[in-house]
Amino acid sequence: MKRIYVREEWCLGCHLCEYYCALADRGGKDMARQLKGIKIKPRIRIEEGKEVCFAVSCRHCTEPLCVKSCLTGAIKKEGAGVVTVDREKCVSCYTCILVCPYGALSPAERGTVQKCELCAEKPGGPACVGHCPNGAIVYEE
Amino acid sequence: MEYLIIGNSVAAAGCIEGIRRRDKTGAITVLSKENYEMYARPLISYLLAGKTTEDKMRYRPIGFYEDNNVSLLYDPAAAIDVRARTVETVGGRRLSYDALLLATGARPIVPPIEGLDKVKHRYTFLTLDDARALGASLRPDSRVLIVGAGLIGLKCAEAVRHTCAAVTVIDAADRVLSSILTREAAASVEAHLAHNGIGLRLNDRAARFEGNTAYLASGETVGFDILVMAVGVAPETALAGLAGIEIGRGIRIDARGETSAKNVYAAGDCAETLDVSSGTVKNMALLPNAYMQGECAGLNMAGGRAVFDRAIPMNAIGFFGLHILSAGSYIGSTYTETADGAYKCLFYDENALKGFILVGDVEKAGIYTALIRERTPLCEIDFELVKQKPSLIAFDRAARREKLGRAV
Ligand SMILES: Cc1cc2nc3c(=O)[nH]c(=O)nc-3n(C[C@H](O)[C@H](O)[C@H](O)COP(=O)(O)OP(=O)(O)OC[C@H]3O[C@@H](n4cnc5c(N)ncnc54)[C@H](O)[C@@H]3O)c2cc1C
Repeated sequence: MKRIYVREEWCLGCHLCEYYCALADRGGKDMARQLKGIKIKPRIRIEEGKEVCFAVSCRHCTEPLCVKSCLTGAIKKEGAGVVTVDREKCVSCYTCILVCPYGALSPAERGTVQKCELCAEKPGGPACVGHCPNGAIVYEE
Repeated sequence: MEYLIIGNSVAAAGCIEGIRRRDKTGAITVLSKENYEMYARPLISYLLAGKTTEDKMRYRPIGFYEDNNVSLLYDPAAAIDVRARTVETVGGRRLSYDALLLATGARPIVPPIEGLDKVKHRYTFLTLDDARALGASLRPDSRVLIVGAGLIGLKCAEAVRHTCAAVTVIDAADRVLSSILTREAAASVEAHLAHNGIGLRLNDRAARFEGNTAYLASGETVGFDILVMAVGVAPETALAGLAGIEIGRGIRIDARGETSAKNVYAAGDCAETLDVSSGTVKNMALLPNAYMQGECAGLNMAGGRAVFDRAIPMNAIGFFGLHILSAGSYIGSTYTETADGAYKCLFYDENALKGFILVGDVEKAGIYTALIRERTPLCEIDFELVKQKPSLIAFDRAARREKLGRAV
């Protein structure tokens, strides 16, 4: 399946991926209008150190611990292998946050948990990939 | 191949999915004691609180059994003959198997307390039927007494708090959630529970019941209308024991999930598990463990060579919006942080992270859990950084490339 991979040597730490992720979540095109004055909760997060930075989002693992550990059956790996959360079923127990080795699930703005679902319903593929100015996030087989 | 599964819950789901990864056609039969398709057991408290519905509680989608070609029989197992490879059911069936899974789960422990059997509205809290019965008996003016301040007792307390007049929880331990919280960590959780109207009586126990009054060991009395017994669970091992299968702290299994009887496997709350964070064998009544043991057993029942040797105790639990995440064993040195109402304590020895407790701030907790589960040598990471913040940046470049630069 196609997954997101990060090339940390190319990451500038500009956080644009986070903003485009948050925008994709809210819908709309005008970032300034949609995100002004808001503390965004993106599904991709930049980790920054003294010398390196890189983006982290769901790895859509072959053996996903979040799916196997989900108390409700809300997290599934389906079809092309995308790991998704059914937010109607989720009760925010955070067991997935407890088990994900990448820290890729987080509490969502509107309650329940969220994670990268590869912008599955959106044309043009993952927003973070398309808007990374330096090719540090790629979407490949 | 004929596969037979006793029990119709999480471990069974794991087993079915494990079998079907390798064998698409073999016949799978599931014997169920509860009269429902499998449901997410931990959600019974959310159901009682009106935060989910029976429909949303389905652990697997409608059509799960048909899609996996499973025949589900609402007919509990009565006896196992491991030599003849047959199982007799309560309904009088005799079923043969090539591979058998015991996934009988846990049952509530009900201690013998004087007068308990005469209490009229008395419940345990483990099944959907329990939740329905308790829900039906609750009145706005009910006073609920819960015996046991563990995970189940407190989830029950949270669930009923807003539909009854008063909730009191009593426990012999000096703190709530004594199996997952230290005294220090429990303090803030207790304050939060009290703030949300849960009456706590710790260091005390119900010595005897008389009508609607509990007489406590301390000499005090508590009046109640509804009593919930939630002192703990024990592995359901009776069938296995009678069949001559070895029992330890649950049905004894090897890393492949096989019991002392050939082609008989066990998984989940009924089985015993090696906790790799402490090296001790335990009964771990936890859902992720049940699924993964079941899946491992299923793979092996279908001729695979899977092992599940990464079990650690771990819990994500929340009350009235306060989240508590914990994992591993509380041994070794500690690193503690308290900030903005959040509490963190890490436990580690010279070479590995052993356990943690997080209250309030749960971000990226899974990075800590993975360090415990994988027994990552601390010399391979920037542990000082990780202590402050769970992060992948604490790993070296090669490890990060493994994690983020390729398929995992
Ligand atoms: C209120 C509550 C909250 C919980 N919260 C959490 C949580 O937050 N996190 C967590 O990790 N875990 C939690 N758990 C524990 C979790 O539900 C269990 O670990 C999990 O359900 C174990 O799955 P299992 O398949 O091993 O057994 P079970 O779910 O116990 O199912 C076993 C099934 O086998 C059936 N059975 C028994 N004997 C027979 C027989 N002879 N024939 C046929 N069927 C039989 C039983 O009736 C039962 O339906 C909670 C449990 C409860 C009750």
